[in-house]
Amino acid sequence: MSTVLDKLVNRPYQHGFRTEIEAETAPKGLNEDIIRLISTKKSEPEWLLEFRLNAYRHWLTMQEPTWPNVKYPKIDFQDIIYYSAPKPKKLKSMDEVDPELLRTFEKLGVPMNERAALAGVAVDVIFDSVSVATTYKKKLADVGIIFCSISEAVRDHPELVRKYLGSVVPTGDNYYAALNSAVFTDGSFCYIPKGVKCPMELSTYFRINTESSGQFERTLIIAEEGASVSYLEGCTAPKFDTNQLHAAVVELVALDNAKIKYSTVQNWYAGDENGVGGIYNFVTKRGLCKGVNSHISWTQVETGSAITWKYPSCVLLGDNSMGEFYSVALTNHHQQADTGTKMIHIGRNTKSTIVSKGISAGYSNNSYRGLVKIGPRADGARNYSQCDSMLIGSKCGANTFPYIQAQNATAKVEHEATTSKIGEDQLFYFQSRGIGTEEAVSMIINGFCKDVFQQLPMEFAVEATKLLGLKLEGSVG
Amino acid sequence: MLNPNGKILLEVRGLTATVAGYEILKGIDLTVHAGEVHAIMGPNGSGKSTFAKVLAGHPAYTVVSGEVRFEGKNLFDMSAEERARAGLFLGFQYPIEIPGVSNPGFMRLAYNTVQAARGGEELDPLEFDEFVREKMKLLEIDPSFLERSVNEGFSGGEKKRNEILQMAILEPKLSILDETDSGLDIDALRVVAAGVNRLLTPENACVLVTHYQRLLNYIVPDYVHVMEGGRIIKTGDRALALELENRGYDWVVDEYRARNRVVA
Repeated sequence: MSTVLDKLVNRPYQHGFRTEIEAETAPKGLNEDIIRLISTKKSEPEWLLEFRLNAYRHWLTMQEPTWPNVKYPKIDFQDIIYYSAPKPKKLKSMDEVDPELLRTFEKLGVPMNERAALAGVAVDVIFDSVSVATTYKKKLADVGIIFCSISEAVRDHPELVRKYLGSVVPTGDNYYAALNSAVFTDGSFCYIPKGVKCPMELSTYFRINTESSGQFERTLIIAEEGASVSYLEGCTAPKFDTNQLHAAVVELVALDNAKIKYSTVQNWYAGDENGVGGIYNFVTKRGLCKGVNSHISWTQVETGSAITWKYPSCVLLGDNSMGEFYSVALTNHHQQADTGTKMIHIGRNTKSTIVSKGISAGYSNNSYRGLVKIGPRADGARNYSQCDSMLIGSKCGANTFPYIQAQNATAKVEHEATTSKIGEDQLFYFQSRGIGTEEAVSMIINGFCKDVFQQLPMEFAVEATKLLGLKLEGSVG
Repeated sequence: MLNPNGKILLEVRGLTATVAGYEILKGIDLTVHAGEVHAIMGPNGSGKSTFAKVLAGHPAYTVVSGEVRFEGKNLFDMSAEERARAGLFLGFQYPIEIPGVSNPGFMRLAYNTVQAARGGEELDPLEFDEFVREKMKLLEIDPSFLERSVNEGFSGGEKKRNEILQMAILEPKLSILDETDSGLDIDALRVVAAGVNRLLTPENACVLVTHYQRLLNYIVPDYVHVMEGGRIIKTGDRALALELENRGYDWVVDEYRARNRVVA
């Protein structure tokens, strides 16, 4: 049986190809001149250059965090290219998009135009740090929604960007957030005006393309009073040997009665079966429930990257606000994941829910790390956490590090955790009913992850189910 | 006997098998024709359950020697799932729980996989729902089984009923029911036995692995085999089961030993 599982686990990465598009590339390394170059290339206003330089100067004083339960060689930040962009082109329609790029999306199984039409999804495509196409923009503009690249937002809506950028994740928040604030090249911006319910799922597909170009996306989503939006982020990257650093920052702001749902399916190159190569994914994602009754929900399906260091969090400032975190993290081969969430209860009657499902296979190591903090003013705060781990094979590891800090006696905090293992007997039960091992594993895993998948938008849930099946067709033992 | 001219479904010759290096099966011979019901009885640890699992292809067991033909084909050339698709069914003694996997979803996948292998028609979720509800009515199974995960939180009796439901859905040619009666109260036993009887036809066959003769009051066997020390040491008809009930197993074992001493 273990040979079947091994075969499944050792299936090569199917999205390992790279697209030949001419890139304009800055020299390797990081200093104030590079930051000025990025800012100039993007024709940014002075305040943004200052924002970047402040962040950079702060970053120079900081230390790389060593507390995550992951191991990797020291990153040489001077050996990274901080700016690379396809030659600027003006695109009026999808027809003008580089056919090579479209072919790339097709190889990934994401035919953008078809997808947009079929699923009603507006796709803001991030390709090597510069947005090359934005669809459905007009339809969204009709209801007053701004959905564009952050560069465009800086140009067209500087007052909004200036007001909110860094308001949830300050430039000096942590080592990688500071680095991102200094050198971010692009990302998405979304603004939902007062009372508007976004009529469609907003979606961005990220893809890292140029070898050793670090990716530093910056995403900012603002939902005004009574607004609501569901945002999807999906990632996949081509196969390279050198490690690629990815340090994104995502900031969400929900005002009174607003709701933001942020879903991620992440399938970046994880390195080969010996742990060579793969993306380092060091991401800071945080949502601020600023207004009363506001609601932020994170759903993530993490299957890729050599190393994942990621804690999508909610700061529950407004009274009666609510934060949710639903996560599936799958690791295989030599992947390492240290992921979880922080729920910071500040306002009264704030509620949070955490459902984390970790799946480890091969030689991988999967840790859940979560903080539930109840502040002194957070009367009646409630948290429910459930952290389940599943082991596939006997060479992988799973850890749970739950931190609870309660400073208010009226708070209720619950934590449940389980660990299980896909065993020979479970698989045999399926086989004895005619179901092959691969399908059995996929079914068991999907059953295990059901509580999280239910939170995903329909078409994303289908994709995630397929992705896990694919990933485990090479990671069960 | 439902079919006195039934063709041979299963032919076991000199089967020996080990688990973790220990020899459990030490040379089993058994022939099952279509239309027959066989009971395999014997004390704990005699190898009954191992025999059932080896036939179904459990990976923990290693076949050392002997031959098993299922409808003339070498059973050991087939993977566990291929055996199931070919019409072999194992009703588990301890059906395992699979959290989060919906019971009807699981059964539909099994049904469609088996149907595909037999060139039959696959069912979409709605058609399958209708199909499975019909079967459940027949077997007096509560519709709430369709709302649950596979065996999760099921009582012992519910798990066994769920096994019989799967048997009804997959319509196997040969069903091996491993201790299907254990852990059942008398009412549950009656329901399960009635279900099995309903599923018996002149074209299929059933091997009941059981400790107690109790089950055989409800499902009447054509043959009763006594297993001990990894061998079938005696075969008789239903009367043998009743005799075992009264006298226990020791006399059969003594008889066998005496006979073999003589032969040796």
